[in-house]
Amino acid sequence: MNRRLILILVAALVVAVPLSLLAGQVWIDPIAPTTRNAALILFELRLPRAALALVIGAGLGVSGAAMQGYLRNPLADPGLFGIAPGAALGAVLSFWTGYAASVWLLPVFALVGAGGAMALLALIAGREGGVALFTMAGLMIASLAGALTSLAISLSPTPFAMSEIVTWLMGALADRSWREVGIAAPLTLAGVGVLMSAGRGLDALTLGDAAARSLGLEPGRLQARMIVGVGLAVGAAVAVAGVIGFVGLMVPHLVRPLTDRRPSSLMVPSALAGALLLLVADCLCRMLPLSGGELRLGIALSLLGAPFFLKLLLDMRRGLA
Amino acid sequence: MTTTLGCVNLSLADRLTDLTLSLHEGEVTAICGPNGAGKSTLLSCLGGLVAADGGLVTLGGRLLRNVPAQERARCIGYLPQSPEIAWDVSVEVLVSLGRLPWGDAGAQAGRDAIEEAIAAMDLGALRNRRISRLSGGERARALMARVLATGPAWLFADEPLANLDLRHAIALMRRFREQGSKGRGVVLVLHDLATAMNFADRVIVLDQGRLAADGEPAHALRSEVIEQVWRCKAGWLGERGMRALSLG
Repeated sequence: MNRRLILILVAALVVAVPLSLLAGQVWIDPIAPTTRNAALILFELRLPRAALALVIGAGLGVSGAAMQGYLRNPLADPGLFGIAPGAALGAVLSFWTGYAASVWLLPVFALVGAGGAMALLALIAGREGGVALFTMAGLMIASLAGALTSLAISLSPTPFAMSEIVTWLMGALADRSWREVGIAAPLTLAGVGVLMSAGRGLDALTLGDAAARSLGLEPGRLQARMIVGVGLAVGAAVAVAGVIGFVGLMVPHLVRPLTDRRPSSLMVPSALAGALLLLVADCLCRMLPLSGGELRLGIALSLLGAPFFLKLLLDMRRGLA
Repeated sequence: MTTTLGCVNLSLADRLTDLTLSLHEGEVTAICGPNGAGKSTLLSCLGGLVAADGGLVTLGGRLLRNVPAQERARCIGYLPQSPEIAWDVSVEVLVSLGRLPWGDAGAQAGRDAIEEAIAAMDLGALRNRRISRLSGGERARALMARVLATGPAWLFADEPLANLDLRHAIALMRRFREQGSKGRGVVLVLHDLATAMNFADRVIVLDQGRLAADGEPAHALRSEVIEQVWRCKAGWLGERGMRALSLG
């Protein structure tokens, strides 16, 4: 069942990637390109953008799948651990201090923010790390990072800095180059690798903490893998694209019924489906005729995600009744 | 492979005090006692899930805390109290989780063990059914098959009969006995004294973390012990194997 799903998703990507390269504010005819600078648009604008969508989508999809497995909760999302808000805070500080003007410093600040949130999480949750404590610590860090981000915005040195911060926080893939791909791809790949190695531990957790330990799970090790893996994948995404929420929530949830429902079976399909979702969403964003620029990807996904979340909650309520 | 399991002077905060026990394979041992007596804590300590602060737990002549988690998991199967299953997997997938300590659910040896466990618990017809669609009795059998799939020398269960009606409780106890007669060491935390009396080979009675009685059921659960530990006057009625507790 799993292999077929993976094949279908790969096939969908094989179709979607070339299509996304042709679509946009100007359409490019693949057979006889009449557009001026068609090669430039393809290789310098659309290809890096598509590559970034694939990388970030895969990272966020796997992170969501791993976190839902770890917290044994289908409502979990990378934002919950406080790692995405931590990365966002780091990036905002780089705008605030003006260091964002230097090309490499914005991502560095974001990764430091993600790393700081990760370290704080490990420090509070401790080495044995129960799931409830971990969730609460994550929520606390998320709320702290959110408050500090708002503080930084309200104390912006110039209106330009404020507008830059607010625009960046909305999350987008527009105007990204191969440089961002070069930053995000290796970090995301490393994060995804770490999370994949946690698959067996997450499967054991299906049976609860005590049974998982009786199956040989070492909770401290699994927690460390979760922190490093989610930190790398989500930190890298926020570093180059700003905050793009709900991918980690929606993707595993949509994919789960098509697998055997073990957390480890969910990882690869979630990576592929996350990549596909972000690619298609980004493509639709830039095709949508909108006066005053294009719809920001982060906003589009939040608009999509909120009703999805609501539907999940209503389903759960019905389940309880 | 014989793997004796025991503890010497085991203590844990104010929950267990100076317990020395040696458990035997091929026997069904019941741990009984009032609420808060330390039954589940003792089971967790013997299973290596909780580290004691005093004394030693030994498995096959080695200190349990020095046995790698993976190896311990292959040797001791543990069914927790009120077991949870986070995702709505099928019976077969649930049982396959029992092979995690071996990492061979996809290999021939692993598949054989999974098939054997499914057959031993009569789950063949239910193998593709989702957990949410099982009855309480079927669920209990599926969870036990998960533990059996590991092929452990020791089978631990904490209150396995909770939430089961009389018929299913008896059926499950028979299955535990069957596993004992196959040479596994079965250790159960049991609340119901009549079940312990009728099905166990040996009963360990705990009282406020201390050993109050240990031996054959008729000896360990005699009226004086029940009065001393549970503070109830009670006596046993009926024949061996079909005893009932009459409360005075």
